[in-house]
Amino acid sequence: MDLLQSFLNASPGAVAQGMLWGIMAIGVYLTYRILDVADLTVDGSLATGGAVCIVLMRMGVNPWVALLCAFMAGALAGMLTGLLHTRCGIPAILAGILTQLALYSVNLRIMDGRANTAINVNKYDLLVSQRYAQELSLDNPLVLLAIFLALLIALLYWFFGREYGCAMRATGANQNMARAQGINTKWVITIGLMLSNGLVAVSGGLVAQYQGAADVNMGRGAIVIGLAAVIIGEVLFSKAFRNFALKLVAVVIGAVIYYLVLQMVVLLGLDTNDLKLLTALIVALFLAVPYWKNAIPKKIAGKGKGHA
Amino acid sequence: MLEIKGIYKTFNAGTVNEKIALKGVDLHLKEGEFVTVIGGNGAGKSTMLNAIAGAYEVDDGSILIDGVNVTHLPEYKRAKYIGRVFQDPMMGTAATMQIEENLALAARRGKLRTLRSGITSTERENYREKLRILGLGLEDRMTSKVGLLSGGQRQALTLLMATLQQPKVLLLDEHTAALDPKTAAKVLEVTEKIVTANNLTTLMITHNMRDAIAYGNRLIMMYDGKIVVDISGEEKRKLTVEQLLDLFSKASGSDEANDKMLLS
Repeated sequence: MDLLQSFLNASPGAVAQGMLWGIMAIGVYLTYRILDVADLTVDGSLATGGAVCIVLMRMGVNPWVALLCAFMAGALAGMLTGLLHTRCGIPAILAGILTQLALYSVNLRIMDGRANTAINVNKYDLLVSQRYAQELSLDNPLVLLAIFLALLIALLYWFFGREYGCAMRATGANQNMARAQGINTKWVITIGLMLSNGLVAVSGGLVAQYQGAADVNMGRGAIVIGLAAVIIGEVLFSKAFRNFALKLVAVVIGAVIYYLVLQMVVLLGLDTNDLKLLTALIVALFLAVPYWKNAIPKKIAGKGKGHA
Repeated sequence: MLEIKGIYKTFNAGTVNEKIALKGVDLHLKEGEFVTVIGGNGAGKSTMLNAIAGAYEVDDGSILIDGVNVTHLPEYKRAKYIGRVFQDPMMGTAATMQIEENLALAARRGKLRTLRSGITSTERENYREKLRILGLGLEDRMTSKVGLLSGGQRQALTLLMATLQQPKVLLLDEHTAALDPKTAAKVLEVTEKIVTANNLTTLMITHNMRDAIAYGNRLIMMYDGKIVVDISGEEKRKLTVEQLLDLFSKASGSDEANDKMLLS
């Protein structure tokens, strides 16, 4: 019962973290699912967002403006990956890794050479803070995050129903077809990467505020967490949620579940150093299951059409 | 409408895999001409179509569509003038998108894509009508994902998409080759209907000599990167498969007329 009690005590924090990282997971969904590009820029652009946001806020910039700047910094990172990929012929994964590596240095520059920049909740007007995660008040980060996510999902839902958004979906679905329909796929992919990394950086800016510091390593493994959220959301809700907006909601719920499970295993006594190993194993398993599902019945029944 | 002047294309130039695919192709298509293209494997048929579409640039020569020099335009910019149906039914449509969304994408071919609605209700009604003409029952499944359709249905849909906005040139790259005979016949029938109704300038590659003779008002045969036979008008109407085989062996200067790719 103690365990349950401490789990319940910790869960508002886990839910808040899930929602914070859910914003990033939506960014990952845009590239991984819609554009069909595995973009590893994320690990770097998350920290870029955190660094830009915290440094600007410490300079007295309004937190919303700082967050907007974080978005733009992330979008620039996405643009670099996009240009490396579409204009230099570098495979998307490698382009992302290159940007991510470069961003490590850039992020240190942004934070004036320090690996870590703190922001004090007493001195600054933070949008979200861990301190209020348990409180029943409007300061509770869950309130702002819920509104923010609702608006974000509504905006993306609107965008992907527009001509340009449809062109982006078509590019992810079939580049040949997209080009035959007059879509400049190179540019569309670049814009998609910018949008995605912009969102990831916003997530980074909010995560940094929530935990009270930006850290040059805060994005390590972010892509895997993002994939975990996307996959958990899909496994649990793909039957029920067919609408695009609901699919994005599923991604956020996936991130929340991921953090709740993490919370649980930590309470059960898992060494926090082993968390990344556990995450990688879980994601590998979830990625493998659909493959096995497709492969096994084919062998047994000897039928079923593979699809691209 | 389409003017090809002396185009050359070599793949993997300077390597052991060097392949000269086009060796100076000249072709002039008048408006409304429906040309069937035949030739053995490696004759350069698909290379010519892809060169027109801009999938790759030619090494030499020029391509003009309706007077516009498109030789150096990237594929997506040429799309404004060109409707295409590929051999692979998977290639012409976005499988994860709905039938009506695919049509809406095609309706905006060559136009600036903005933040206007991706598909309007007037468009939907228009698409429903057009799908009804195909006679495949797709008008009742407009919100189905294209991935759920059969190969034949996808080719018919791609054909409709290619012609939704009247193209200056319609390129059909063996678009019935991956289909079973019955479906292929159906898709060809739809092709003829659409081409005739819109008076489309069309290039259709086929491996089937009977189809090459039965459809269109002009026939060209390619061999070794060149156009070796060009027949139209009355002569084309009277053409038989035997004559065609004969023409082929003369043009290629060998007995390769029995090339099994040509006999079907």
